[in-house]
Amino acid sequence: MKLCWFHLMPYTELPEDFKEKHSSVWVDIDSRLFDPARAHLMYNDFLDELELAAEVGFDGICVNEHHSNGYGLMPSPNLMAAALARRTRDAALIVMGNSLALYNPPTRVAEEFAMLDCLSGGRLVAGFPVGTPMDTCFAYGQNPSQLRDRYLEAHDLVMRAWTEPEPFIFHGRYNQQRYVNPWPRPLQKPHPPIWIPGGGSVETWRWCAEKDYVYSYLSYFGYKAGAATMKGFWDEMDRLGKDRNPYRAGFLQFVGVAETSAEAFELYREPAEYFYGRCLHIDPRFAQAPGYMSEASMRAKIQSMVAQAAQGGPSGPATSQELSASPFEDIIERGYVIIGSPDEVADKLREVAVNLNVGQMMVLLQFGNMSKQLTTYNTRLFASHVAPQLRDLFDDRYENRWWPQPLRADARAEPRELGPGDAGAGGRAADVRRSTRPAMAR
Amino acid sequence: MGPSERTVAVNGAPCRVWEMGRGEPVGFLAGLGGVPRWSPFLDALAARRRVVVPSLPGFPGATGLDQLDDLTDWIAATLDLLDGAGLAGADLVGASVGGMLAAEVAALSAASVRRLVLVAPYGLFDAAAPTRDVFAVRQEELPALLSAHPERLLERAVPPSGADPAEWPIVLARASTAAARLLWPLGERGLVKRLHRVKAPTLLVWGEQDRVLPPSYAQRFAAAITGTVKACTIPDAGHLVDLDAPEALAAAIHAFLR
Repeated sequence: MKLCWFHLMPYTELPEDFKEKHSSVWVDIDSRLFDPARAHLMYNDFLDELELAAEVGFDGICVNEHHSNGYGLMPSPNLMAAALARRTRDAALIVMGNSLALYNPPTRVAEEFAMLDCLSGGRLVAGFPVGTPMDTCFAYGQNPSQLRDRYLEAHDLVMRAWTEPEPFIFHGRYNQQRYVNPWPRPLQKPHPPIWIPGGGSVETWRWCAEKDYVYSYLSYFGYKAGAATMKGFWDEMDRLGKDRNPYRAGFLQFVGVAETSAEAFELYREPAEYFYGRCLHIDPRFAQAPGYMSEASMRAKIQSMVAQAAQGGPSGPATSQELSASPFEDIIERGYVIIGSPDEVADKLREVAVNLNVGQMMVLLQFGNMSKQLTTYNTRLFASHVAPQLRDLFDDRYENRWWPQPLRADARAEPRELGPGDAGAGGRAADVRRSTRPAMAR
Repeated sequence: MGPSERTVAVNGAPCRVWEMGRGEPVGFLAGLGGVPRWSPFLDALAARRRVVVPSLPGFPGATGLDQLDDLTDWIAATLDLLDGAGLAGADLVGASVGGMLAAEVAALSAASVRRLVLVAPYGLFDAAAPTRDVFAVRQEELPALLSAHPERLLERAVPPSGADPAEWPIVLARASTAAARLLWPLGERGLVKRLHRVKAPTLLVWGEQDRVLPPSYAQRFAAAITGTVKACTIPDAGHLVDLDAPEALAAAIHAFLR
């Protein structure tokens, strides 16, 4: 299986009384809480952490897009991926992703992803989320009932931009462009692997199956809450006659490893409570925008609520507001965060991967206000003692057709080492004439 | 006895037209939520006129929302709907969302509207006094934001007899979707440049307790419209004036259209 290290890049210094004094971490979050000088340190810590994850052998590193959001400081994940492309060598750069409907024209996404693919030597995974109502409708002003159509049309535009050999006219309902002809083009052919971060809608599952894309369920609520969604996904794949190749699916899980579970319990309490308390303090007035949810999904939701009520079963937490109040004991009990010794975590993650049938496992080893020191510890321990126990899972039976195909090592650029300032030390003309670039393949 | 019912096709999609009363027709284009059921206001209006109530696409009784991309599509659909309902050239009452479209129609197609009544119409925007964001309101706070008598709004939301109770929440949600599809993100969409073309005699009505559209908007409308404008304020009414003060609103309209 693939193990990918995911960063949300949360603002780590929201005040302790954030929930009491402020209405929302998202959309209308108080801008006076943002200190750019502190964010300078945070961004650099976060990039260090992602670079470390690549260095200690995680298969991929993941970034994503949020707007006006106190737990996601990446309005542009592409900027982060660009920085990472220069400072990592082998890890896949998984951008989860660009909310296609927000770009005008969406050709911008085709261009920037192609830049990243070229820059990284073909290590890009292109993620295309529709985006949450908070990001797209409220923070970015998109019309909720047109968002999905715009998204689908933008997807078609990007795919054509990547694959058509000639400049073409795009004459869509929402986008019209007389000359679509991006330079650069993606390095991976026909295009980078495509992963779709999505909620649990049957339309998204069908679309992923039809297009042969990876479906990724990026929930903050762990394997217990995620099991029903992933079962729904696989049931739908069965109905559509698709194989159960676990690499069709991605899943996000928060994890905290320590030498013993007692130690883990102590170490990860604060960052978990920070995340589930402060970071998920979202004003419910932004949770839905009229028309954002399709009528089919609305009907399915009503039916499942009726069915659950009829069975007398728990209807589950309906909103992140309800979920956000949890103390650490509940967070662990409900499976939002998996903590324990390396062996315990490996056993649990194996069980999760097998039960949910997920091959592209994304783990969140920095969450909430976790310090760089603790994140480093978590990351190193996971890489050295957990990952080796999991890596072979699924590989004997399934092929991962959704993984980047980078250039061979000898065809790759060698980024210059950072050195002391040497502006005055010019070279000799003879050196300037000799190219250090690998020869062009004909 | 209830209203008679027929449908008019707009862009091929059926839109319900309710009708009741005798005499000269007066059209009613409803506001947020549409007309999920026949109402005391429509009864009061029908007491002295033939009231014709066409449902705009996406509002209860009408589909075809998916085909409306931009404001031009909405205005064309409204004109088709008024024509189909036999309201071309008739007196027209538009409230809230329907008020915006009534104003657009009166501006762009003067022959379509004889006399115009705008009840707390959308359509303008003042950055110094922004409209409330009715699409970002906690569920439990919405009734009191829209209405001075929130319990009536809750009563209006109960499925009428004969409606499929499982489908009813979708019908109501679709009405919100329709309003948002037209208004999102609640800015001004060009009406301010066209209002001078409204030459029809116009009555502007505002609920005294409108918490959605500030009363200053009434002055903006009045100042921009070329036709003679009368304005009145209805006490004990919020944004949904027809729900809050059915008799008083009907009386004001009857007096104006006399």
